[in-house]
Amino acid sequence: MIIRVGRFKMTSGEFTTIAALTILAAFMSLPLIFVVSHALKPIDELFLFPPRFIVRNPTLRNFQDLLIATYSLNVPFIRYIFNSVFVAFCTVVGGVLLASLAAYPLAKHNFPGRNAMFMVVIAALMFTPQVTAIPRYLVVYQLGIIDTYFALVLPNLAIPYALFLMKQFMEQIPGALIESAKIDGATEWTVFWRVVMPLVTPAWATLVIIIFVATWNDIWGPLVFTRTESMRTLPIALQTLISQGSVARQGAYAAATFIMITPPVVLFTLVQRRVIATMAHSGIKA
Amino acid sequence: MAEVKSSGTGSDTATQPRAVSAPKTGMQRIFGQYGVSYAFLLPYMIFFFAFLIIPVGVAIWLSFTYFNMLEAPRVIGWSNYRLLFLEDDIFVLSIRNTLFFAFITGPVSLTASFLLAWFINQIRVRTLYALAFYAPSLTSAIAMAVVWRIVFSGDRYGYMNYFLMRLGFIQEPFLWLIDQRTMLPVIMFVMLWMSMGNNFLVFLAGLQTVNTELYEAGKVDGIAHPLQEMWYITLPSMKPQVLFGVINAVVLMFSAGFEISLSLAGLPSPLYAAHMILSHLYDYAFIRFEMGYAAAIAVILFIITFGVGQGALRLLSTKDE
Repeated sequence: MIIRVGRFKMTSGEFTTIAALTILAAFMSLPLIFVVSHALKPIDELFLFPPRFIVRNPTLRNFQDLLIATYSLNVPFIRYIFNSVFVAFCTVVGGVLLASLAAYPLAKHNFPGRNAMFMVVIAALMFTPQVTAIPRYLVVYQLGIIDTYFALVLPNLAIPYALFLMKQFMEQIPGALIESAKIDGATEWTVFWRVVMPLVTPAWATLVIIIFVATWNDIWGPLVFTRTESMRTLPIALQTLISQGSVARQGAYAAATFIMITPPVVLFTLVQRRVIATMAHSGIKA
Repeated sequence: MAEVKSSGTGSDTATQPRAVSAPKTGMQRIFGQYGVSYAFLLPYMIFFFAFLIIPVGVAIWLSFTYFNMLEAPRVIGWSNYRLLFLEDDIFVLSIRNTLFFAFITGPVSLTASFLLAWFINQIRVRTLYALAFYAPSLTSAIAMAVVWRIVFSGDRYGYMNYFLMRLGFIQEPFLWLIDQRTMLPVIMFVMLWMSMGNNFLVFLAGLQTVNTELYEAGKVDGIAHPLQEMWYITLPSMKPQVLFGVINAVVLMFSAGFEISLSLAGLPSPLYAAHMILSHLYDYAFIRFEMGYAAAIAVILFIITFGVGQGALRLLSTKDE
């Protein structure tokens, strides 16, 4: 059976699939739509009963409140945003760089210990990061960097997941390409930057988004490694707003949630195609 | 089964860095010839060992000590572990909660990610659907609490209570986030909502790498229904992606519950009904500063995660072939 929708023709099976997927997708998007709508609600709509799903008189007042009036937080809210952005930026740059550098020899060189090293990395995929929280804390403590940006960045730079994806992707590069560059007199360093890195653009775009999201949403790091309000990041500020639970802060809270959730979704939308291209090579042979 | 996928075999295409100097003695030769490779690896390995590998070792050692950050650690043998399992009822409860949480949400989330990816792969317009399913995994559990607290609010203002009362399923508003029977299920529901993450993409990408000639061959061999096709051709072809997905799911399920629990039920949660192993670890390590005891909790979590991960891998890799 063929169904026509406008100028599109499809089989009835396809139609059912699309209908079911559309309903499910819409249902799963509801909480996100709610966040956007909630952040734009004026104070009277925030406390309406029954709660109104879509805002009727949208306003940016909540964002103003959040950025200007910071009476129950001790530092201006913009500081949390800066901390989050700065920490995420450093972690992304460092994490992608370290993973790419290490992935290159693992994918393209033969050297003693290569397989052993890769086995350790695979095993480390199964470490929940919190397991090492205490010794990490001790390391950070001994280095004297508690409550600094270093404490939020350095422990999160070596990411087995990132190294694994990058290595899998780099293996697709034909060895001949690298060989010919070397015959032309390029050093390994030049080969890496001029030949390998441009070819793995999808992979590093993927790592950028994955590491950014993980760092942006991370609550464990700032919870454990920071002490003063001025070093806290967005998720902690939000958690504080939640636990205070004051009625007056509801609008600011809704705006903060919006600020917290939007950047990952926007960034991901920009690189979705490349992420899927990277994931195609992610399998584990066992 | 025919050759399906060619990723993951690097050794045949690998090139050796050319020897810089003439062969000398053992160590010198290794570093002369392979020095470049090691140099590339070095920065990652420094951080990898400093913040991952060595800490695992240190955690194991600390778990046999009494350590409060003020005095030097004092070795006390197995007594942390004895206390944990014999005296600490809350810890035993946290293990039960975590396992219950992980063994239901893990498989459900993996299956759902695969099925959704499979269905999306059948249709032509994919991008928007992919985004709709993936976007929840990009959100922070803490931030989304604003929504879930309204949905599951214990008064009649909450969406859940409002709808269930309108439909006549319940007469009185139900305390979803305080009642110990529903706290954990609500957390699991939220987890499932935000778990179609990287695995979903891994599967979506994997589906596009399956050799289409196999489907033709399958038709000749009498495979008629799309579901048969999925079971006999697609799934076996995607084994590497499935294995990777399983590892991701295990790690996610044993760590992510904590954040949702923290943001929806608090720490400690009422009657510890949503207490996770990580909640217990956080409590002892960074609130009470009983580092030795907390290290023992970490080691047990490590053993469970690693054991479940290895077990799942072994199970899946012997199943077919």
